[in-house]
Amino acid sequence: MIEDLCDLSGHQIAERIRRREISATEVLDSTFARIHRVDGRSGSLEDRPPDPDEAVHVHAFLELTEELAHRQASQIDSALARGDDPGPLAGVPLAVKDIFCVQGTASTAGSRILANYRAPYSATSVERLVSAGALVVGKVNLDEFTFGSSNESSAFRPTPRNPWEPSRVPGGSSGGSAAAVAAGEAVLSLGTDTSGSIRQPAAFCGVSGLKPTYGRVSRYGLIAFASSLDCPGPIARDVTDLALALGAMSGEDRRDATAAAVPVPDYRASLDQGVRGLRIGISPDAFQLAYPDPTSGEVRTQGVDREMETAVREAVQALQAEGAEIVEGIPLSHARYAIPAYFVISRVEAASNLHRYDGVKYGHRHVGPVSDLRSLYRTTRGEGFGTQVKLRILMGMYVSAAQYEEQFYAQALRVRSLIRRDFEAAFDPHGAYRVHALLGPTTPTAAFPMNELYGDSVLMQLADLLTVPANHAGIPGLSIPCGLSAEGLPLGLQLLGPDFEEGTLFRIGRAYEKATEGEAWRAQRPKVLAG
Amino acid sequence: MDGQAGRQSPTEIPLETFLHLVDLAALELTEDEAEYLRREMNAQLRAIGDLQAIQLSADTPITSHGIPYPRAVRPALRGDHAETFPHADEILAQAPESDGRYIVVPDQPGTDLE
Repeated sequence: MIEDLCDLSGHQIAERIRRREISATEVLDSTFARIHRVDGRSGSLEDRPPDPDEAVHVHAFLELTEELAHRQASQIDSALARGDDPGPLAGVPLAVKDIFCVQGTASTAGSRILANYRAPYSATSVERLVSAGALVVGKVNLDEFTFGSSNESSAFRPTPRNPWEPSRVPGGSSGGSAAAVAAGEAVLSLGTDTSGSIRQPAAFCGVSGLKPTYGRVSRYGLIAFASSLDCPGPIARDVTDLALALGAMSGEDRRDATAAAVPVPDYRASLDQGVRGLRIGISPDAFQLAYPDPTSGEVRTQGVDREMETAVREAVQALQAEGAEIVEGIPLSHARYAIPAYFVISRVEAASNLHRYDGVKYGHRHVGPVSDLRSLYRTTRGEGFGTQVKLRILMGMYVSAAQYEEQFYAQALRVRSLIRRDFEAAFDPHGAYRVHALLGPTTPTAAFPMNELYGDSVLMQLADLLTVPANHAGIPGLSIPCGLSAEGLPLGLQLLGPDFEEGTLFRIGRAYEKATEGEAWRAQRPKVLAG
Repeated sequence: MDGQAGRQSPTEIPLETFLHLVDLAALELTEDEAEYLRREMNAQLRAIGDLQAIQLSADTPITSHGIPYPRAVRPALRGDHAETFPHADEILAQAPESDGRYIVVPDQPGTDLE
């Protein structure tokens, strides 16, 4: 049945297309049929009252690019007819987070200030995925300029909902990406991760997501948030698809000086090597959360949700049964400072990056009389930016002001070194622990209800408590599903590894998928696909 | 700004400082927005206060990217020469107001030099 093609994994689609059992056009037809069935009204700037329709649909997409996708599908089918290799992602439907430039599409960053901006070029990661055979089916919603963990800060409403339970958030900032993949509206999505924005929504939506090592994937064509932390990465329904996508996206890029000149391995070749011989570390700091109280600033501690801990511990046992050596008690003692340091570093970088939006060269411009250029800037930016964006600009300017720069910004960058050192000690092949990866929960809880945290910028940031240390350290992190809560919400586990060791994380993730492939929770489907 | 110096953490952002930042950031805010933003900035200030408690040795380096960039993984720099962007007209066409190939802006505040 054609409708089900969109539920296949990317590697299955590419293999069946290569064997000519199906065509890329048929895959697209199935995908757009699914989008039209479950996505509902696309996010827009219209000021409309809430609609009951919003509560039963996903609302992942901002723009569908059917014409572009069909053109790309025809090229795949033609390449096959000529006997050419159509690429490792041949015919795989791709949803692009609307923080990436895709030539000829609106590239909004989820912001009113870029609502009318059309990208004159494409991001390197998009170009590479398309060259590998992926089909761009559309642009998906996100938190405005990626500032958020629930997708509720987007200027384009309705914002995406969690396909497993639409009254819950899909996570953020790549919420549209994870929701689209979970609902079968795309097989692959390109997201970004600055503090957990790939891993957290992947965990909330029951899909897999990878934050690569900083420098593994070019940032060219990515609308910047915090340039020292931003990482483009893939979201998919299984680890094999992540491996294929990362292999296609990675590598040096003359247009990004931070894209490292590190060879890209064949990630798929090592996927099925199992975990025997690998040492997997468990840190008590990944289960016991320390965070600043939003009212007093005092440090509080609290365990992750009990069912989250149970699911992750069961995953540890499953990997141990597969032959992994488990090493308990790895200290990550500076992880507790990751959120405060992030509040400083990310805001300073965001404020700097957002100064370019002024209503002069492109994007939104205030309509009406203004007294002078500065007045134009103020009115344009006041109208164009959402509240969470303004908050980041102001906080970034405050903590980088001359009299606080050493106290806050330089201190945060030094603390970042301490966070990095904890990981270096854990992964050091000659050190006390010598682990190949660290394993813990991706998030403290399952997806939270919409409107529960939005507006409280400190509590919202705590959703990234377990993911942001990897961004400070630059190391890769993988989130994969590890069960469902009693309420039927997805739970995710996180694997962290040394620089450029994404292949090891994929290997462990794949071993876990195989070890648990018969478990009942894997047969469950998101609520929006019922009926 | 508010004149606090040294390593003592400020606990609240004074209104005067807040308004100065809003002006520097070129943001026009509604009253409600301003109240919300100042409240949240103070909450974040309390949250980052924890950083000040960390005793760092003088030789703790600054980390700017997480991963190190030794020469072996640093990509070679491009040649220092201009390249013509093939879609310059598309870029110019996005300007909210233009005159031929010029972008139009309102008067810039300034003082005439004698």
